[in-house]
Amino acid sequence: MALLNYLLGQRKKKSATVAKDRLQILLAHERSERNAPDYLPKMREEILAVIAKYVDIDDEKLQISVDEADGFEVLELNLVLPDHH
Amino acid sequence: MSRVVVVTSGKGGVGKTTTSASFSTGLALKGYKVAVIDFDVGLRNLDLIMGCERRVVYDFVNVVQGEATLQQALIKDKRVDNLYILAASQTRDKDALTQEGVERVIEELKEAGFDYIVCDSPAGIEKGAQLALYFADEALIVTNPEVSSVRDSDRILGILQAKSKRAESGEGPIVEHLVLTRYNPARVETGEMLSVEDVIDLLSVNLLGAIPESEDVLNASNAGSPVIMEEKSQAAQAYKDIVDRFLGEEIEHRFLTAEKKGLFQKLFGK
Repeated sequence: MALLNYLLGQRKKKSATVAKDRLQILLAHERSERNAPDYLPKMREEILAVIAKYVDIDDEKLQISVDEADGFEVLELNLVLPDHH
Repeated sequence: MSRVVVVTSGKGGVGKTTTSASFSTGLALKGYKVAVIDFDVGLRNLDLIMGCERRVVYDFVNVVQGEATLQQALIKDKRVDNLYILAASQTRDKDALTQEGVERVIEELKEAGFDYIVCDSPAGIEKGAQLALYFADEALIVTNPEVSSVRDSDRILGILQAKSKRAESGEGPIVEHLVLTRYNPARVETGEMLSVEDVIDLLSVNLLGAIPESEDVLNASNAGSPVIMEEKSQAAQAYKDIVDRFLGEEIEHRFLTAEKKGLFQKLFGK
């Protein structure tokens, strides 16, 4: 089977490449968490309280992070609103 | 001017103590006065790797707690002049070290004229590891080309950059050096192991050197002699290069490519 795959050019991605891809994603995520400002959890709570006045949302549907892009610090808010019935 | 160098990694078993032993021996061979401190309280091992386990009378904790003087606790290496070992305590718990106590010992070593104070960190990111790196001017990040080791090294880099004395006082950051250990160029070439370039890319740290995976490392620790003393060993030569580069020499990296095997070896060799 390995030989057939080889001949057909369907070689599996090398394990080192898989390792590097996984680490790149993981380290970026862990670094952004590590560098997050201390006020972030409290701010998240307060923003949630404001939103909850108007729409019924699930706590986990709000994602909030501070990232750096092109030399700017960007506060990113991501909220999925519930379906309208 | 004395420099404090921490040898750290986050993950255990990647070669911190092996590196501490060879690096400090290498610096002493260059004529510098070197003290190497085992911070792994409760799990002392540097003494064993350096072959002085039967000469430990007083240890680091004794000095920190004022039960012995630094002169009483420092063990003079029998092979190399100017090299002294401060063993960890085997019986105490890890809370026996305090930041003030560690600072006092490091200051005393500086006053005693030591050029380099090498701190062999315990594994993990708890108090012992944080104390080992707190007073450092430079850091050797020992990493294996393997996912969990790279991840843990990244964690330790975060701590070096945020929770060290240099970071807190704004004296300028700790100088970071990557030491890649157990490197197997043949497996890198077949795509089964992260390459030096991959690890540098992931961690954004300058490479001080890569140590090829070698049987000599186990043989040396069996014998209680730092592997750098094995003249013919590639691992020893790689550690010597690391010491030279650390001291500012520009030396080309070696042992990063697999040795070409002859037909006979390909057929019958391992």
